[in-house]
Amino acid sequence: MNAVSQQGTRLRFRYAEVGKVRFISHRDLARLMERAFRQIGLPLAYSEGYRPRPRLSFGLALPTAASSDAEYVDVSVATTVDVDPLIDDLPHRLSAALPDGISVTAVAVLEPGAVSLQQVIASCTWRIELLDVAVDDAADRVQRIVAAPTLPLERERKGKLTTSDVRPAILDLELVGPTRNGVELEAHLATKPTSLRPAELVRLVGEGIGIGQVHRTHQWMIIDDIRSEPLAEASTCPPDASTRPTYELAS
Amino acid sequence: MTTVWPDLEPLLPSVQKPARYIGCEDGAAAKPPDPSLVSWLMTYPDTYEIGLPNQGLQILYEIANELDDARADRAYAPWTDLEAEMRAKGLPLFSVEHHTPADEFDILAFNLSAELTYTNLLNCVDLARVPVRVADRRPTDPLVIAGGHCTYNPEPLADFLDAVVLGDGEEVIAEITRVVREWKASGGEHGRDRDRTEVHLALAALEGVYVPALYDAEYDGPRLIATRPNRPGVPEVVEKRTVADLGDWPYPKNQLVPLTEVVHDRLSVEVFRGCTRGCRFCQAGMITRPVRERPADQVRSMVAKGLARSGYDEVSLTSLSTADFSGIDGVVKGITDDAAQTGCGPVTVALPSLRVDAFGVKLATQLNQARRAGLTFAPEAGTWRMRQIINKLIREEDLYEAVDAAYEAGWQRVKLYFLTGLPSETDLDTLGIAELAKNCVDLGKSKGKRSSVTVSVGGFVPKPFTPFQWFGQNTSDELQRKINLLRDDTRKSKGVQLKWHDPKATLAEGINSRGDRRIGRVIERVWRAGGTFQEWTEHFDLDRWTDAMAAEGLDIDWYVHRHRAEDEVLPWDHLSAGLHKDFLWQDWMDALDEVGLPDCRWTPCYDCGACTGYGIEHRVASATPPAGGSQGTAQDLGTGGAVPVQLLGTRPSTTEASA
Repeated sequence: MNAVSQQGTRLRFRYAEVGKVRFISHRDLARLMERAFRQIGLPLAYSEGYRPRPRLSFGLALPTAASSDAEYVDVSVATTVDVDPLIDDLPHRLSAALPDGISVTAVAVLEPGAVSLQQVIASCTWRIELLDVAVDDAADRVQRIVAAPTLPLERERKGKLTTSDVRPAILDLELVGPTRNGVELEAHLATKPTSLRPAELVRLVGEGIGIGQVHRTHQWMIIDDIRSEPLAEASTCPPDASTRPTYELAS
Repeated sequence: MTTVWPDLEPLLPSVQKPARYIGCEDGAAAKPPDPSLVSWLMTYPDTYEIGLPNQGLQILYEIANELDDARADRAYAPWTDLEAEMRAKGLPLFSVEHHTPADEFDILAFNLSAELTYTNLLNCVDLARVPVRVADRRPTDPLVIAGGHCTYNPEPLADFLDAVVLGDGEEVIAEITRVVREWKASGGEHGRDRDRTEVHLALAALEGVYVPALYDAEYDGPRLIATRPNRPGVPEVVEKRTVADLGDWPYPKNQLVPLTEVVHDRLSVEVFRGCTRGCRFCQAGMITRPVRERPADQVRSMVAKGLARSGYDEVSLTSLSTADFSGIDGVVKGITDDAAQTGCGPVTVALPSLRVDAFGVKLATQLNQARRAGLTFAPEAGTWRMRQIINKLIREEDLYEAVDAAYEAGWQRVKLYFLTGLPSETDLDTLGIAELAKNCVDLGKSKGKRSSVTVSVGGFVPKPFTPFQWFGQNTSDELQRKINLLRDDTRKSKGVQLKWHDPKATLAEGINSRGDRRIGRVIERVWRAGGTFQEWTEHFDLDRWTDAMAAEGLDIDWYVHRHRAEDEVLPWDHLSAGLHKDFLWQDWMDALDEVGLPDCRWTPCYDCGACTGYGIEHRVASATPPAGGSQGTAQDLGTGGAVPVQLLGTRPSTTEASA
């Protein structure tokens, strides 16, 4: 039994995560993704060491209870595998092995030396539902945040309470409109150098405001000042209307 | 049919591990709610992580969903954070598949694997909006039934359970379904005219089903005189059910693959049921006789299909003593060969209990090509004298040989399981535990290894239908004293880590283990005082139990610490696991005489009653014990050998006990 295999082709998958499965934690999602690759019989390259694991690397962890149209995972397949004849079927087969609500929408072969998702993601776009707040009130609050020159926020980072100015992390903030239970915002939040999470943004909007649905529509990378997605939803993806999320192309 | 999902969903972002409540697992049944079917809610009265892997529930869940006239969902006890939210919002217990309220099911079926989950059973019934007491239930309320090892003494829960299933559930589930279907049809519109006694009587007519309400317990002061049927036509003694051939039941076929981490997060394939090693403390070994092996080729195909379907890279071959499976080497080789063909990384084969000998270690070495974490052995007692008493006939040499082989094969950590508070245990026996552990560490040092030995000590709780059912459990003070002895003795021994089970929890377990119907009021008091999740250290509080015992005027010493006499009527005497009571008494006397008993799988029958009473037999592929010796430790008990064990001949079931 060969526990460690050479790293072969690297593949990037894009997937959506909506519905009940959004309550799966990031850590649990990684485990079930691993199982799904074994279910479809796609041999992955394994890490070396005491307990070899397949090499899977994700984009920015999705908070538990948030849904998304734009999740990414990079995998290295075993050198024994020729991916070319398989690749068109992979999104469909992988979706079938994953629970309802997780659907793979694109796959691509990565160039040798491609930078990891963790390094390359610079910002995310979110749809965030605020509960128990009137539209006018929410609009005022959003206006105040956008107009503020600085926004100091006390928060826990690496086990310590620190205060930092998070205004630079708010790249864009707009009120979309009312929902059944509250008001929806669209927020474009940086993940570096300063990051801001959706729950932290809601605290800035107002203490005591409840958070409803949180949905990630995009993860963005910025290369040479040009913003793009790590992998656009592919047109080669087999149409599967029942599981495909609605998705708006990035402008 | 309704769903609580719209009300539940907003609560989930703020509770711990919300994935426990969403269902969506691979293997979950998709049979939708349908009022024409008898609906089962298979419930584990502890958290999802503990309950989901339970094989008994999964087997019955799948079988129920295959029946034409039944369907089944699952439920687990919500953790305290969600429970508080649910109670505040008036949400009932729900099924994870369809989020259907629990009280819309016909049957709430509980698995009882541990006594300390009893208060959770009451809590789940209450959360289901069903009255906790059978006497208070309305015609339209679900039937509350239970199965699992603890149901061999269901008396503490007699007031709360409509019916109890003894033994294997594979066959009886269809019979219960039929009875309930007919009862449902009898009740007119909405079933309001149903009579619960009618269904109770019909259930009691099924073999293996015990209906507590149809029996009265009579007392003379604290003493139980008898538990007798209170109606004609109800059996005086309820016999357990036993599936004769495991090969007929290749379940689960679609093991549930959870989306969040659970305690046994791997494929499980049951390779045999029953055990005849005859360890006298072990209830599981006594009540599941005889041994029924699954055919080896079926094991191999269940493993191959299960791994491919689930995507797991680990499989556990479960039983009470898997190394004893006939031709285990070949089975293991077959599994690893099959796995290698898929090319999807190494597959680990786990054995839940390792035999204490070189054969066990050889097997483990073969299984764990990839990992060398730790190896676990269960000698159970510290001295040979004590191990003869408990009939776990492992010699010191066997243990050292096993540990030596483990170090040779690359393991550095060894875990040893022991019981303390065993019958006639002296401090020398207790300290023998430390002695064994230290010798194991030294053995590692002599090989130049940085070896470490973890000693895990549990307090012994006597269980019904075992030879030790007459033994007075050690007090928690005495257990603590023994643990302290061990702690002091091992304090300076580098390499020995001592872990122990809280003796206070052992006491609470003892109250329930051999309790009678009067303990039901104690359980209800503990539950009403907020004592749920008693298996969890952060929620366990012995004071709740002692306060409840005092409030009910019940004496803990009498229930827990008292030795029982041969002629005492036991609370489970009207139930039967097939074992003759005089066989158990004789085995108890032999224990006190330090006399061992061979494994009857490979030696002549001594008529414990489990086979003869039901007209069934062991089903084993090979009549030769692995690695010789009926106890599997290379000892040839058949010819006396080097080990001073007296062979007992076939004993007629009428033999009077002799000390």
